Amino acid sequence: MGQRRWHNLSETLIEWVIRLCGISAIICVFGIFFFVFREGADLLFHRFDIVQFLFSQEWYPTSQSHIRYGVLALIAGTASVTVLAMLMAVPFGLGAAIFVSEFCGPKMKEALKITIELLAAIPSVVWGFIGLTVMNPLIITVFHAPIGLNVLNGGIILALMSVPIIVSIAEDALKAVPDSYREAGLALGATRWQLIYRVLLPAAKNGLLAAVLLGVGRAVGETMAVLMATGHAVKIPTSLLDSVRTLTATIAAELGEAPMHSDHYQVLFIIGILLFSLTFAVNLIADLIVKGIRNK
Amino acid sequence: MSTPRAYSVETRDLNLWYGDFQALKNVSVQIAQGRITSLIGPSGCGKTTLLRCFNRVNERYGNVKTTGEIKILAKNIYDPDVSLIELRKSVGMVFQRPNPLPISVYENIVFGQRIHQERRAIKKSDLDQIVEQSLREVFLWDDLKDKLHERAVSLQLEQQQKLCIARLLPLKPEVILMDEPCSALDAKATRAIEELMISLTGRYTMLIVTHNMAQARRISEECIFMLLGELMEHSPTRELFITPRHPKTAEYIEGRYG
Repeated sequence: MGQRRWHNLSETLIEWVIRLCGISAIICVFGIFFFVFREGADLLFHRFDIVQFLFSQEWYPTSQSHIRYGVLALIAGTASVTVLAMLMAVPFGLGAAIFVSEFCGPKMKEALKITIELLAAIPSVVWGFIGLTVMNPLIITVFHAPIGLNVLNGGIILALMSVPIIVSIAEDALKAVPDSYREAGLALGATRWQLIYRVLLPAAKNGLLAAVLLGVGRAVGETMAVLMATGHAVKIPTSLLDSVRTLTATIAAELGEAPMHSDHYQVLFIIGILLFSLTFAVNLIADLIVKGIRNK
Repeated sequence: MSTPRAYSVETRDLNLWYGDFQALKNVSVQIAQGRITSLIGPSGCGKTTLLRCFNRVNERYGNVKTTGEIKILAKNIYDPDVSLIELRKSVGMVFQRPNPLPISVYENIVFGQRIHQERRAIKKSDLDQIVEQSLREVFLWDDLKDKLHERAVSLQLEQQQKLCIARLLPLKPEVILMDEPCSALDAKATRAIEELMISLTGRYTMLIVTHNMAQARRISEECIFMLLGELMEHSPTRELFITPRHPKTAEYIEGRYG
């Protein structure tokens, strides 16, 4: 009798622990959002010029005479580096995923997967270091640029960092395509390439889209590597060889020096809210697209 | 029979290994043109393997080794100059589970045209005609003519399987291989597929692997019994079931094993 009661009790307990684990993600997200929001709320609701914030490229948070908080150039910095990174990482990542899942033999596959995971495990500060010491002189010699820390450098580094994520998610998506589709295509006389672009890519498009968007998320949110590789100049880039600064790099570089609860400090948190909203929007759009595809 | 019979598929001393395991042993068989031939035998006897030799689709598992000869349309399909694409156009296959591609009904049927023809050579009106004709041949046109652009995977299983047959027809196959095409279907759908197969006799040579002996009796004119990779008996279906020549055949159709 006692044993049975103990059984029931432990069942209930385990159920509750698992339930807690399940909702912990929600609690964390709301918690983070709440605290970030709270730090910036005072400025945001009382004396904040949102038009200047979003549409001015003048970022002078410590000016003696005229303090201005315009993040347009920072947004442009993040956008330029991200777009460049994705232009490189998406074709490479999807191509690699297709190769790993459809073309290579089991041994090669194992070797490639381990290497790709290794690539994902490199800390971002190491990537930044590579940007600083390897890419920088390389770009200077190849392009005769005055400085090698620029959009191109940051974009390449970010691309290298996003590729492993894109490859592993995209490969999972391709692996999840039922084998019966491959057999159907082959039995109808499709070549390997026809099979890939007529059968596998359409069948896996949701997962592939998710892979790309996770790559975008990684690129937007990456801080340390871009801080070190992009040159840290607040300006809207007009060429790949211009130095830029990203939203994330600004927070990382300035938060330590901004006095607690000063306007500068709070603006940095508002940038945090902006980043948060950006990634939220990306995820939401992805979700809607995926749902839209599914319902079609 | 007085007139010389025409054969669509002929094999001679066909052996096949998966790694070290020999799945087919010296199989020599002649499949009559324009008829339904059924392949029966207990699980693991090699009947599906034999079927999958005829369009060489089992080669995708790397470790397959084959010796001997398979002639389809009087050409050895293992000759080096044989095009796998042409072979698979003339030898269509229907699978155990209906496997329409995750695209529309219409696109499933014209899939073959799209992959085998230059984009410029494809005319919309031709495709429309092909779709209608193929669907009519499998008795799906009336059901699906208003659903051509819906996703094929959302159809009922019976319709999916008929669609899988329909999409072979525009390629004008000589042979249609069917690997237990009804095992995922209920009795009513099974009957519908069987009726469809019977309506296609004469125009296509059909080879059907089945676990269902009653089905073999209902639809096939010839029947092949296989056991442990060997071909035990190949006779007209009625003879095989009433007066089997081989004692193993008799035991199998009586249900002593399998």
